[in-house]
Amino acid sequence: MATLNLNGNDVSLPDDPRTTLLDFLHQHLSLFGTKKGCDHGQCGACTVLVDGERVNACLVFAFQLEDCEVTTIEGIGQSDNLHPLQQAFIERDAFQCGYCTSGQICSGVSLLQELRNGDPSAVSYNSKVSLKEDISERMSGNLCRCGAYPNIVDAITDVIALERQ
Amino acid sequence: MQPFDVHHFNDSTPLNTFPAAKTSRFLAGGTNLIDLMKLQVETPKTLISLAKWKSANAISQDDAHYHIGAMVSNSDLAKFAHSEPSLSVLSQALLSGATVQLRNRATTAGNLLQRTRCYYFYDTTKACNKREPGSGCTALNSMNRIHAIFGTSDKCIATHPSDMAVAMIALNAVVNTQLPDGTERKIALREFYQAPGDSPHIENVLQDGELITHVSIEKKERGTQYYHKVRDRSSYAFALVSVAAGLTIKDGRAHNVDLAFGGVGTTPWHPEKAIRVLEGAEISPEVISQAADAELAGAKVFGSNDFKPLLLRRTLEKVLMEIFTHQSDHPHQEGALHDNA
Repeated sequence: MATLNLNGNDVSLPDDPRTTLLDFLHQHLSLFGTKKGCDHGQCGACTVLVDGERVNACLVFAFQLEDCEVTTIEGIGQSDNLHPLQQAFIERDAFQCGYCTSGQICSGVSLLQELRNGDPSAVSYNSKVSLKEDISERMSGNLCRCGAYPNIVDAITDVIALERQ
Repeated sequence: MQPFDVHHFNDSTPLNTFPAAKTSRFLAGGTNLIDLMKLQVETPKTLISLAKWKSANAISQDDAHYHIGAMVSNSDLAKFAHSEPSLSVLSQALLSGATVQLRNRATTAGNLLQRTRCYYFYDTTKACNKREPGSGCTALNSMNRIHAIFGTSDKCIATHPSDMAVAMIALNAVVNTQLPDGTERKIALREFYQAPGDSPHIENVLQDGELITHVSIEKKERGTQYYHKVRDRSSYAFALVSVAAGLTIKDGRAHNVDLAFGGVGTTPWHPEKAIRVLEGAEISPEVISQAADAELAGAKVFGSNDFKPLLLRRTLEKVLMEIFTHQSDHPHQEGALHDNA
């Protein structure tokens, strides 16, 4: 039976090939932490990690992810053991309504790994660009209609600073 | 979304075992096709998933060429190109496009074959010859700010949206394909796309069931390279105008001029007339203006996009003068135009 691994557990893929990963999470697995915003890959609210890389769950069919490892916000941390970025979001007040937050955090967790890997961004080759400008570029796939961007960037910057201590 | 059947292509499955009907689509990353299927702009009866085609997810090289597998993600290609000075313009173009999330899924072949972002192509309540041949072109007499000035026809003025393809046009990439009968083809990317003419729904020279296997780029000295993209916001937007350029300066003159334009053509635009002016010339604002004149003589505007010729002219001058200045200060430099070099 075809499966994918979701937050450490194997789950069977849906029968209907039209099922996107996002709808699979919501309608088959009752995991609602991943949000549906635009459903067209434009807002980033549905960001999850596939084999460690961030993707839009709304723009991939579940059947394309056979044998892949998928991590959603439910797999990033637990309420009594938050991921450092989740803690930083609280300390920096990096949200208002919170609808985009799970996507922002999944995206930010992936960003931290991309920086560790030395992955380039559209602006990173220019040493005159600040870290915060680089973070903004790398986070451009996650919209926040409340406009919490400065605090989101601050939260990510805090975790980067912690890692570099 | 309309129902569809799924077949899985892999390294041991002959291509001729799959339906090559006009109602079949190859599914690579899916970032564009799935979106279009949700909107019912695309309604394939069969998807041939390439997710299990592992050998196509690799970049190799020999003495003369880089070979980029069809399923290599835009993120992985950007990282590889970033590490190869002669491919710098390709890395810059890829990183200027979409978002990290999309680039992680989008593939090399899928990027080349992505569809236009013309508003009316996406809106199934509007006439669009590309989506529904013979229905008309709403863009011709409506808002057409994002639309093309080169390669247009009275049937379609939609732009090709890719940044990656613009850089690959500049680098003279070659598309390698396999036909269902096993035959292999090599198609210069500059010959790959078709202007809309009377059949805007036909966008390239691929035949039914023909599969892109990889893209090859010749290894050669390309000098200083720069991809500059002008758009409505600083990230995650399609180009209004973009210029991909690379050249070397020898004895004060431009050589090996690689040049392509995005956001202005119905296909990723190879400005042959401008290149003829620039190759071997002493680069100056006047010469660049002559090159722009030569290319823009073939441009046509449609109202809302009347600003594009001037924007293209200014972008071209910025890019070429910055490369010229950089090459003059750093002879034999190969790779990105660094503000901090």
